[in-house]
Amino acid sequence: MSGHSTYEPKTGIERWLDTRLPIVRLGWDSIVDYPTPKNLNYWWTFGGILAVCLGIQIVTGVVLAMHYVPHVDHAFASVERIMRDVNYGWLVRYMHANGASMFFIAVYSHMFRGLYYGSYKAPREVLWILGCIIYLLMMATAFMGYVLPWGQMSFHGAVVITNLFGALPIVGEAITTWLWGGFAVDNATLNRFFSLHFLLPFMIAGVVGLHIWALHVPGNNNPTGVNVQSKADTVPFHPYYTVKDGFAIVLFLILFATFLFYNPNALGHADNYIPANPLVTPAHIVPEWYFLPFYAILRAVPDKLGGVILMFGAIAVLFVLPWLDTSKVRSMRYRPTGKLYFMIFVVACLVLGYCGGQLPDNHVIPGLSTFILIDADLNSMVWLSRLATLYYFGYFLVILPLLGLTETPTAQPESISTPVLSHPAGMPAGAVAAPEKKG
Amino acid sequence: MADTVVGENPDPHAAGEDPNRRDFIHIAAGAAAVGAVGALAWPFIDQMNPSADTLALASVEFDLSKVALGQQVTIKWRGKPLFIRKRTEAEIAAAVADDSANMPDPEADEVRHKPGKAEWMILIGACTHLGCVPTFAGGDYGGWFCPCHGSHYDTSGRIRRGPAPLNLAVPTYEFLSDTTVKVG
Repeated sequence: MSGHSTYEPKTGIERWLDTRLPIVRLGWDSIVDYPTPKNLNYWWTFGGILAVCLGIQIVTGVVLAMHYVPHVDHAFASVERIMRDVNYGWLVRYMHANGASMFFIAVYSHMFRGLYYGSYKAPREVLWILGCIIYLLMMATAFMGYVLPWGQMSFHGAVVITNLFGALPIVGEAITTWLWGGFAVDNATLNRFFSLHFLLPFMIAGVVGLHIWALHVPGNNNPTGVNVQSKADTVPFHPYYTVKDGFAIVLFLILFATFLFYNPNALGHADNYIPANPLVTPAHIVPEWYFLPFYAILRAVPDKLGGVILMFGAIAVLFVLPWLDTSKVRSMRYRPTGKLYFMIFVVACLVLGYCGGQLPDNHVIPGLSTFILIDADLNSMVWLSRLATLYYFGYFLVILPLLGLTETPTAQPESISTPVLSHPAGMPAGAVAAPEKKG
Repeated sequence: MADTVVGENPDPHAAGEDPNRRDFIHIAAGAAAVGAVGALAWPFIDQMNPSADTLALASVEFDLSKVALGQQVTIKWRGKPLFIRKRTEAEIAAAVADDSANMPDPEADEVRHKPGKAEWMILIGACTHLGCVPTFAGGDYGGWFCPCHGSHYDTSGRIRRGPAPLNLAVPTYEFLSDTTVKVG
């Protein structure tokens, strides 16, 4: 999309089209002859995997919408009808439900890769922010989709999440009433969630277009974080990365199929197979696994508004990350101290996810009661959540800003090719030493 | 005269015209466009607010003889659960005894029920934290306990411990007779 185009139309019809709508040129320059750093590892395949996930969700979602009825009296039954009576309905619905989880597995891998290799740093700030917007849209879409089957978890999840807005001073109540279209989560709410759940994936697709555009202006980051300096540092996207991405997609689909065909309800919650009952809340209400870290942050704060602010803040902080990290070195490969703090950050996220699925008063170490600190036993999930929440924000707001000024990075290679060509085993000969001259 | 005049505006539209008139047209046109978009945006925002039929939801009447002493019946009102609890003497006494205790949303028990009807506690059954339905007679204070995030309410429906900021709400209601109550 940027730089010199190498596309040469070979047939008359291609030349005719190229002067009217250069769409073949766009495709050629974006996914065939697009120069890509030659050292990308498998963490870079999640972009392609995510595109596949979005495609699967849109296709299966459009099919489900042909059979689903967005009404409080019929929604649950229509989903069961899809499962039992519609031809291959069970397959399409399980693809859609498990596809959402697969989508989040891929997006979290993609985001942690960006965090580790500094893909958010200049000149890729806009690319990163567009990614954050996609993630926000994904969360909104997933939340509203989970409400549609109108089971117990659907209903009470919707109640809890929409009530979050009630924490806002003055306007809170008006906003929740506006979101509900009534005085409680009811038919009006289900209807609008269905409408928006259908719309948002196409908005995601639009922002993905911008995301790829913003990627192709500066080009890919790479595991060394060192800028591409010459043609020797790159290979054409096709066939090198079409094949690598394709292989990763196949592996990912095997994981997908394992859930889909052998344990399709493993990532869901049994209570959502009970029709929604506004008069009884399930004893242990939890969101889907991919929201658990944020749910743990929400519950870690004893104050309603404070919890809501911190939960949204956990996502908002990602938007300003490019300006929080002061290190000039992109890749954590050359930041030994930074790497350590990053690994603890990953653990903190996993701990938050674990805490989000437990009752706040549960013991972390079973059977051991310590003492009540302020409002809860020190050996409780709520205190573990507070510790992990503190580290989550500390990593972005204290560690990354200060570490960049104080740490001593190790030597970065002069270029992407240097560490390969100056391998201690000695200079390889022939085609291996100069792959660009081969054939 | 063929001399070139330096410094004069070569724009023929500007020559001899008051530039303020053109500015005015630009600003007026822009303001009209913004106003029109704003006026059109409101219907699209307001359509999400409760519709006329939702607002017209009728009040409910309830036969109190269905509730035994020490028990609670939950009915649906305006899409939300409504608790109708017949409190025992011990529960009333416990609530009154705590009137001056330290709590997040201090309120005396007597203002939370109708005069002379201390046994009837009628409340909206939505936790003031995030709207879950608290369970009957649970928690540390014998009133209600919210399973979602652990809010404890006493037998007057007052928040005593946990993240909820306010007491369980008391709806508008009146006794039509000794055995019938009208809510809403």
